[in-house]
Amino acid sequence: MTRKMTGAKMIVQALIDQGVDTVFGYPGGAVLPIYDEVFQQNSIKHVLVRHEQGAVHAAEGYARSTGKPGVVLVTSGPGATNAVTGLTDALLDSIPLVVLTGQVPTFMIGSDAFQEADTVGITRPCTKHNWLVKETDKLAGVLHEAFHVATSGRPGPVLVDIPKDVQFASGQYEPKKPSISHYQPPLKGDMEAITELVAAMETAKRPVFYTGGGVINSGPAASQLLRELVEATGFPITSTLMGLGCYPASGDKWLGMLGMHGLYEANMAMHDCDLMINIGARFDDRITGVVDMFSPKSKKAHIDIDPSSINKIIRVDIPIVGDVGHVLEDLLRVWKSRGRKTNAEGVAKWWKKIDEWRSIDCLKFEQKGKIIKPQHALARLEALTKKYDRYICTEVGQHQMWAAQYLNFEDPNRWMTSGGLGTMGYGFPASIGVQMAHPDALVINVAGEASWLMNMQEMGTAMQYGLPVKQFILNNERLGMVRQWQELLHGERYSQSWSESLPDFVKLADAFGAKGILCSDPDDLDDAIMEMLTYDGPVIFDCLVEKHENCFPMIPSGKAHNDMMLAGVDTQGVIDAKGSVLV
Amino acid sequence: MSALKIKKGSTSHSAYNLRPNFSDVIERHTLAVLVENEPGVLARVIGLFSGRGYNIDSLTVAEVDHTGHLSRITIVTSGTPQVIEQIKAQLGRIVPVHEVHDLTVEGPCVERELAMFKVNGTGDKRVEALRLADIFRANVVDSTLQTFVFEITGAPEKIDAFAELMRPLGLTDVARTGVAALSRGD
Repeated sequence: MTRKMTGAKMIVQALIDQGVDTVFGYPGGAVLPIYDEVFQQNSIKHVLVRHEQGAVHAAEGYARSTGKPGVVLVTSGPGATNAVTGLTDALLDSIPLVVLTGQVPTFMIGSDAFQEADTVGITRPCTKHNWLVKETDKLAGVLHEAFHVATSGRPGPVLVDIPKDVQFASGQYEPKKPSISHYQPPLKGDMEAITELVAAMETAKRPVFYTGGGVINSGPAASQLLRELVEATGFPITSTLMGLGCYPASGDKWLGMLGMHGLYEANMAMHDCDLMINIGARFDDRITGVVDMFSPKSKKAHIDIDPSSINKIIRVDIPIVGDVGHVLEDLLRVWKSRGRKTNAEGVAKWWKKIDEWRSIDCLKFEQKGKIIKPQHALARLEALTKKYDRYICTEVGQHQMWAAQYLNFEDPNRWMTSGGLGTMGYGFPASIGVQMAHPDALVINVAGEASWLMNMQEMGTAMQYGLPVKQFILNNERLGMVRQWQELLHGERYSQSWSESLPDFVKLADAFGAKGILCSDPDDLDDAIMEMLTYDGPVIFDCLVEKHENCFPMIPSGKAHNDMMLAGVDTQGVIDAKGSVLV
Repeated sequence: MSALKIKKGSTSHSAYNLRPNFSDVIERHTLAVLVENEPGVLARVIGLFSGRGYNIDSLTVAEVDHTGHLSRITIVTSGTPQVIEQIKAQLGRIVPVHEVHDLTVEGPCVERELAMFKVNGTGDKRVEALRLADIFRANVVDSTLQTFVFEITGAPEKIDAFAELMRPLGLTDVARTGVAALSRGD
């Protein structure tokens, strides 16, 4: 049942057939035929961003908060090159995106035509896969395959580059059908390996679940199974930055985030455990610290859908390649069928040890005086927004780590942050994408003033679509994380890490027609936050905070998990020459 | 030739467990990669090696199945066992890659390379070049009064040996195809 239509119409038709409701984009010469089709339909909402990077991050926010692929439509040349940062971000955080780019007509490719760039060449290393479609007859098939590749196996961004003459020409439209391509990553894990893991779980004295973004990417069922597994076994659980929300922060088995700025108890448990069960995490360098000293006494299991994640950084004893949800289902079934055994005595002793670490209370801080501590601002934000249907985005830096530490996530898909790439400027456009997907929810972007300025043009987008996104800026007039590293590593020489000539954020909000709130007094903080929450529209909240606050706990570069710096320690000379070359 | 289970959906009983990991010994491996012959596929493979800092000692590619549009890329690479395993896993996740075979661990394999040598010389040297070419079963595919072009096929070591012998006899140009390899037996 194929129909003849133009390439441009096929694109819109394919998006409709794929269940796409929202596209983030920016028009230009090489996508005009597609925009003409967008104009003549009502099934798909198009969100006009103010910069193509914003479109990709918005689509990432949409994807992370819904579990569906985000869709982007941009023009050739600069439209495509502006999308590169977002593509790389999505690749490192395994976010499914389908990015459509216009291209100069096929007969002009290679001639250095106006707004020509070798888009598939440029984006080859920053996409999961990409295509240049030179025949209209093949367009629909490629588009459907693009959605299949973006969402199958380890999710990721894909790009389809479509020359303008292919958009104008007519061809046969192929409707969506189950993919017949060879690319079908299996979901089930090896039963023998799963049984081996169960056996290890039955005897482990000091087990820990180390979970990551793979749990969230696997879908809500995976989080549900994980919760069941944790409750049934009584094992402690920690998570990477990307995995926050897969297990509720209010759960009593929750140790908090691990890693460079993770919680003391989480990192100590990772270091001292005898069985580490990695579920959908990838032993990132923010997690492991120096690898030769990483969790020296443990047997390690690793569940990951991507075979290349296994043994890439840390050698594991029980590798299980498969989808987290499918593997956990089998794991639970096998564990139950073997009599639901754990080493209860050993695990109880382990919890005693963990409780000792917890009693250090590594996140404690004291709010005194007339200057707002950033931790306090987030603790108040947490307290006042707890009861809301809430989604949190962040930019990148100290505020991001504080948000991960002081905000609590009860459910998956509620936390949108740039983990792998660490893209400043991610959070604001991401919050727009989240709000588009969840119009009635409370969407807050916890930001630093420097990150926020990187994509502040998207205020126009927020205003145009009436998106009541709350921009909660912890303003320390510094590139806080850069400043912290300069303090730790470079003799307090704060090279270029001051935010000079900052705008008046209240006036800036006003200029866009949004609401601006300035808060500098801890006594005003609660009222100011409530004012932000009750205002029906976008808000820029300029929260002036302590300028020289450092983010702790911290595993200094070149150190192991059990060698953490806690708040209030002397920061000089803790990182040696070998550690200082690490980022 | 049985496929390594490293490709898409391999589990604990895949290549990971074949040899001790994280040894510092540099090994030389010959990989056969079957790929869909679509535009840019070679760039994806090469980009993977350059982007992740892996070595390519030799690479050959040609379409081997015209109806199925499958190409076979033969790559000779070197690295520690852990790096070799990573290379195979990374190759396996490239979307148009169908199969990755590590011929070095799958069993004995035959490796062959074709090379052409231009040797410029007269008198005794010219006679000696021709005599050695005969010993090495190299063919003369072009001849002038001054030069020969020899064509030789063999394992890379044989070609290296022939090149060494030709050097003092007036070797001026070398063209080598890189390794093509197949596993022995079934």
